[in-house]
Amino acid sequence: MSMEAAISVSDLTKRFGDFTAVDGITFDVKKGEIFGFLGANGAGKTTAMRMLCGLSLPTSGQANVAGFDLYKEPEKIKKNIGYMSQKFSLYGDLTIRENNRFYGGIYGLTDQQIKEKTQFMLEHLHLEDQADTLVRALPLGWKQKLSFSVSMIHDPKIVFLDEPTGGVDPITRREFWSMIYEAAHSGTTVFVTTHYMDEAEYCDRVSIMVDGKIEAMDSPSALSKQYNAKGMEEVFVQLARKAIRSDN
Amino acid sequence: MEASVRAQNIFKSFQSGKTKVEALNDISFEVEKGELFGLIGPDGAGKTTLFRIFTTLMIANKGNAWVDGLKVVSQYREIRKRVGYMPGRFSLYQDLTVEENLSFFATLFDTTLEENYDLVKDIYIQIEPFKKRRAGALSGGMKQKLALSCALIHKPSVLFLDEPTTGVDAVSRQEFWELLRNLQLQGITIVVSTPYMDEASLCDRVALMQAGKILDLDTPSGITRKFSKTLWSASSNDMYQLMNDLKADERVNTCYPFGQYHHITFKGLNQEIQSIEKMLAEKGHVDLTIQKTEPTIEDCFMELMNQ
Amino acid sequence: MKQFLYFIRKEFYHLLRDRRTLFILFGMPMAQILIFGFALTNEVKNSRIAILDNSKDEVTLSIIHRLEASRYFTIAENLNSYAELEPVFQEGKIRLAVVFPEQFQNSLLHTNEAPIQLIADATDPNVANTLINYASAIIMDYQNSMKETKEFPYVIKTELRMLYNPQLKGSYNFVPGVMAMILMLVGAMMTSISIVRETELGTMEVILVSPIIPIRIILAKMIPYLLLSMVNIASILIISVYILEVPINGSLSLLLFECFLFTLTALALGLLISSISSSQQVAMLISLMGLFLPTVMFSGFMFPIENMPMPLQLLSNLIPAKWFYYIVKDVMIKGTGLETVWKETLILIGMLVVLLTISIKKFKVRLE
Repeated sequence: MSMEAAISVSDLTKRFGDFTAVDGITFDVKKGEIFGFLGANGAGKTTAMRMLCGLSLPTSGQANVAGFDLYKEPEKIKKNIGYMSQKFSLYGDLTIRENNRFYGGIYGLTDQQIKEKTQFMLEHLHLEDQADTLVRALPLGWKQKLSFSVSMIHDPKIVFLDEPTGGVDPITRREFWSMIYEAAHSGTTVFVTTHYMDEAEYCDRVSIMVDGKIEAMDSPSALSKQYNAKGMEEVFVQLARKAIRSDN
Repeated sequence: MEASVRAQNIFKSFQSGKTKVEALNDISFEVEKGELFGLIGPDGAGKTTLFRIFTTLMIANKGNAWVDGLKVVSQYREIRKRVGYMPGRFSLYQDLTVEENLSFFATLFDTTLEENYDLVKDIYIQIEPFKKRRAGALSGGMKQKLALSCALIHKPSVLFLDEPTTGVDAVSRQEFWELLRNLQLQGITIVVSTPYMDEASLCDRVALMQAGKILDLDTPSGITRKFSKTLWSASSNDMYQLMNDLKADERVNTCYPFGQYHHITFKGLNQEIQSIEKMLAEKGHVDLTIQKTEPTIEDCFMELMNQ
Repeated sequence: MKQFLYFIRKEFYHLLRDRRTLFILFGMPMAQILIFGFALTNEVKNSRIAILDNSKDEVTLSIIHRLEASRYFTIAENLNSYAELEPVFQEGKIRLAVVFPEQFQNSLLHTNEAPIQLIADATDPNVANTLINYASAIIMDYQNSMKETKEFPYVIKTELRMLYNPQLKGSYNFVPGVMAMILMLVGAMMTSISIVRETELGTMEVILVSPIIPIRIILAKMIPYLLLSMVNIASILIISVYILEVPINGSLSLLLFECFLFTLTALALGLLISSISSSQQVAMLISLMGLFLPTVMFSGFMFPIENMPMPLQLLSNLIPAKWFYYIVKDVMIKGTGLETVWKETLILIGMLVVLLTISIKKFKVRLE
């Protein structure tokens, strides 16, 4: 494993009974990279992501996340990663400030740190006036941006984003990606799943999972060239169509 | 000819805590018989509310709506016999098998799978191998197909599909749209909503919706023709820096990342591309390309949002 | 009609495929009735008692024999004077003392009257009460048996007379109570959850946008739980009669009719709950707090209503379970017929009509 790898996975496998959800995947994600993790529904993305976040134990294989071993130091991994998904983001019945205090508290930040972080975040997102508003009263776009910021409150080495922009309007979607770029620029590794294929092209590298295996992995432009396609959408469809045939 | 679906000055608001949310704000449009009509917009645009008003599940605060020439409030019983509806959430019984779900919805509409088999044949063939499987154990794409079969089983004259492709992967989405095209050929009017702007081009006409309002309503090409500026796409070796540099330049009106490129519009009418290129080259950008490009629905949506 | 039958069939599929819930629904009544019948009974068996017989005559001896022969008492101490009473109580050797005065038989024969003193350890008042009741009942029994053989009526002075349940069996009380509890829980909670679940899943949207008449949706939802409740009633009655030995003294068909009526009331309540609940959890919470607890508290089978403050007594009149409990006690245990319970039956019917009307009116034909 090179010193530069934020995530290093080799031959990672997860079986549920007879069903092999993740079938021996191997890849490295570099520090500060935006890594797109693509795959059709049911290809095994979510299962793989859960393992990397220390939420479920692999059946076999090795993985090192943020410099820690997945089997031996799952608690240390959790301290050094952030996680955000479209479904669970923030507590709707708490205010922005209260959400921050809660998540900051979970990650062991001092009161002073939480205060500073919250102030910075509010200014950055232009939400100063909304600090004491219940989160559920905010528009969806703001909520998503806010919950991304909260997932970064403890300056994690890696942030996992599970379909972070579902249902968001196109302008907010782009603002969201600006935030992702910014995070990556400052050295945070970004691991992201999405169904928007144009978003896949914002990534430095993408992997495409088919039936539990990684079928392709490279930069979007290299993949387009390799598959003789106009963009990621075509690449994805070519690869995923294969899976459906083998499935039936 | 009578419009298949018609809305006339529809208003609808909800009370959410102390604040009043305007879900629909003066919506009017018509969908012709046999048309494939798209409602395109993000969450919170009001698409679901509009569907619920057409499918007689909600009553508008103001305005009128008709489906198949029938009024949605007073003639709701009759409408319920004629429309097919697929709500946004997966709305089948997870603990019933594919077959049981189908026959349940068939009897609900007082019909059988055999009676309208022609209509659902294309879809049913794909799910038939799993007919003994419980719906909860199907893959996402299969669930969508089963839900569509259930919505079609009584040969509705109008089909309302609320975000059928949300959260579904690109392959299943393509297949789903192919199915819709085939249904349209059989004379069914289809109203479909989606947050994916790229799906707009698959519809005959679309309404772009945002925050309870229709921003524009036209054929997909009609909408993109209306884009007011010349659109440029740019790329370089450092896309993040490129965006920051472009945004910082005062000649640039908008700059949005768009796949492998950034889409740019300029404030002035005569764009001095050479000078922009020069500015970027001075900032150290390599492999720089800037060229004219055709606007997509998404470009238009963003332009309309900014107005 | 076919539409309606298939709807019911679908409900049965849901019910039968949810094994865990099904197990709870069938297991719970059995477990509860057995727990209440055996473990939680306030019957007291083989209590140690002391006898202070100052008379030692024929009558006192036969009363002592009867006490000893009963399964409730074991005579632990035979005392000779009042002075010995205090220590044996204090040491906790006994819970009850039976004291015969001098010349017991004599006074009974000559004045037709004789007192017996029952002294109980009242640190646990419930137990004390029960023991005194048991002892009194045994003495009463003896007195009655004497009546048959002797010409003159003798009166042994004890205060309580126990009717209908001469042995004061606990299960006599619990069976009607548990029935009310189970029927309320299965009927109201399960119906409300099954309706709210459809709203939560989004299937209600599709069903509403179909030609099926809303009242049929309601009926189709109620029928499976009605049947399930009747099965539960049968199992409770079978366990009561054959295991707990509680007889059905009155008419079985009247009893079943009353159960049916009460079940319908519970289903109507469930329907009402479903129309005000936004999620399955809310429906469950309202059912538990709003129906189950009042059923336990105010039906009179756990806590006597007569002992409650007036406002609570009035409140208890609103609880359908109270009336049902009355009816079942009368029909099942006292063995009376409709002539004594017609008033309560009418009240239940009234409640059913009101609840059903409200809940059908409130059932949403649309989503809001």
